[in-house]
Order: sequence, then structure tokens, then C-alpha cells
Amino acid sequence: MFTLFAAEAGEGGGGLVFPSIGNLVEWAPYFGEGTIFEFNKIGLISMLAMLIPTVMFLLAKKDMVPAGLQNIVESTVEFVEDQVVMSAIGAEGKKYLPLLLTIFMFVFWGNIFEVIPTFQMPANARMANPVILALVAWATFIGVGIKAQGFGGFMKSSLFPPGVPKALYILVTPIEFLSTFLLRPFGLAVRLFANMLAGHILLVTFGVLCIALWQASPLVIVLPFSFATLVGLTGFEVMVSLIQAFVFSLLTAVYISLSLHPHH
Amino acid sequence: MSFLASTAAQVVELAAEAEVDPADAKATAGASSAGFAYGLAAIGPGIGIGYLVGQAVQAMARQPESAGQVQTTMFLGIAFTEALALIGFVVFILLKFA
Repeated sequence: MFTLFAAEAGEGGGGLVFPSIGNLVEWAPYFGEGTIFEFNKIGLISMLAMLIPTVMFLLAKKDMVPAGLQNIVESTVEFVEDQVVMSAIGAEGKKYLPLLLTIFMFVFWGNIFEVIPTFQMPANARMANPVILALVAWATFIGVGIKAQGFGGFMKSSLFPPGVPKALYILVTPIEFLSTFLLRPFGLAVRLFANMLAGHILLVTFGVLCIALWQASPLVIVLPFSFATLVGLTGFEVMVSLIQAFVFSLLTAVYISLSLHPHH
Repeated sequence: MSFLASTAAQVVELAAEAEVDPADAKATAGASSAGFAYGLAAIGPGIGIGYLVGQAVQAMARQPESAGQVQTTMFLGIAFTEALALIGFVVFILLKFA
């Protein structure tokens, strides 16, 4: 546990010392320290984010009239099918539904542990998870593009957009290369990572503030406001978790769709 | 940026005069420029997302039957616009803590 007040830490002054970033996102390994099997909280949350949706989908019954768990599972699949696949790719994108649903569920469950007590940490606030997911999306849209248009056709449609004067290709081609092959995965990864890290820091800030106000007796009168903000932000972070999972799968679908049908 | 750089240089200079630990002074300068970095990075996306959502609401009010499609496109636009603010946030983290 960190010391909240500088005076207690013996540094003089009485200001609130905010815990350093390492305190917020780095976790001691549970076992296997120093080996490749090192397993800490992030690993545990990632495992749970994989296992919970799998078990949910396996346990759901296949009745004609859905009830209980089957309702949740079916409406999740329907949501991804309607809002992500149909709106971004269209009917021919149905075969990418398993991939997009997997991405959606993994990102969502990795995020939602941000507000689950005793965990209180989004797995996606460490760069490793978003990077791997972004690389999967990157490999997928390149693979789909090469399969749909052939290697030359995919390169031509993504590097030489039609309707541009020939001389401008000197300028346009490097920009297109950067934006398609480097900025797309970078943007995907950084968007998820920064959103979850920002949310985590926000919650920690108000949590630390609440504890500090509880300890500092004259200021305890503003504690209810601080605590109400913390509760409100927790609800907001639940929404952010959902939206980020949705946006990640939607963008993957959009990139797949752009690989399937290049703009003419 | 030269403004920020000169501010940081001044901070370090003043710290040397006041015999403060240069590492402390550097941390202070880093923290203040981190604030600038995030504040400046938030302006553009703030305007952008406000405009984008406003227009999307207008479109949905005019044609409620196309609300679903507008909403999806709106989320896409927000995701792209927001990325700039988030990169600013990453710069903030790097300046403040790295």
C-alpha cells in the first residue's frame, strides 16, 4: 500500500501524493517469476475474458423459445451480426461473424474487469492485449484483401486510389501506404489502450481522492460529491467498455469490407 | 513548441539558481508540459466530436428510419476523431511518467 500524504512519507508538506503509474498498472506475478510462464493479474483477466464467453456460449441451451442465458447469448450474437457485420460489410460478411464476435467478446470482457470489485483493472490497459488484437485485425484485412483481389490487385487498390492525377501518386502512394498498413493497426491498438488506461486512471483518481478526504477530517464535507462522481464514472466506464468493444469490432469489419470492395 | 521548450529551460535554470534537485525540476517541467500537451490535443477532437454528434442527431431527427445506419457511422467517425485526443493522452502519460 502506498502512503497517501507526503507528511506521512516524511517529505514535508501535507499534499496528497498521487500513486505513480507503476502502482496503477503493474502487478506482481502470482507464480513463475522470471520465466515465460509468468502469470499476473493481467494474465488472469485475459484468461477469464477468454473463458467466460466460451463457457457462456457452451452452457446456453438451444431451445426454440430462448430464456435466461440463451437470451443474453442470442442477443449478443444478433447485436454483432446486425450492428457490426450487416452495417459494415453486408450479407457476404456473415462468414467473418465468428472472428468479429470473438474480438467483441474478448475486448468487452477484458474491459469490464475495470469495474468488477477485487479485479478493478482492465486487461486492455496494458499495451500487449490491444497490440495482439490489432495485429489479428491487420493480418485479417490484408489476408482478405489478397484473397479477394489477388496480391497485385490489393496493392493497386490500396496504394493507388483511382481518380487521382498520375503525377500526384508520388505524394499519395506513401500517404496511403502509411495510413493503410501502419496507422490502421496503430490506431486500433492505441484507441483501445488509451481509452481503458484513461478510464482506469480516472477511477483511481477519484478513489484516491475519496480515501484522502475520508482521512482529512475538515474536508470530509465534500466527500459525498467526490463519491457520487466515482459512482457516476463507474457507470460511465461500463458504457465505455461496451463502446470500445463495439468500435474495435466495427473498425475491423470496416477494414475487411474495404479489402473486399475497393472504392472504384 | 519553442514556447514550451523555453519554459522548460527556464524552469531548470531557476531550479539551478534556487538549488533545487534538477530531477525534481525536470519532473515539474514535464508535468506542466504534459498538461499543455493534453489540453491542446483535446481542443480539436472536442470541436470535432461535438459537430459530428450534432449533425448525426440532426440527421436522425430528420429521418428517424435511417437512425441505425447514422448511429453506426457516427460511432465510426467518433472513433477516428477521438484517436487524436487519445494520442495526446498517450503523450501526456509519456511526459508525466516516462
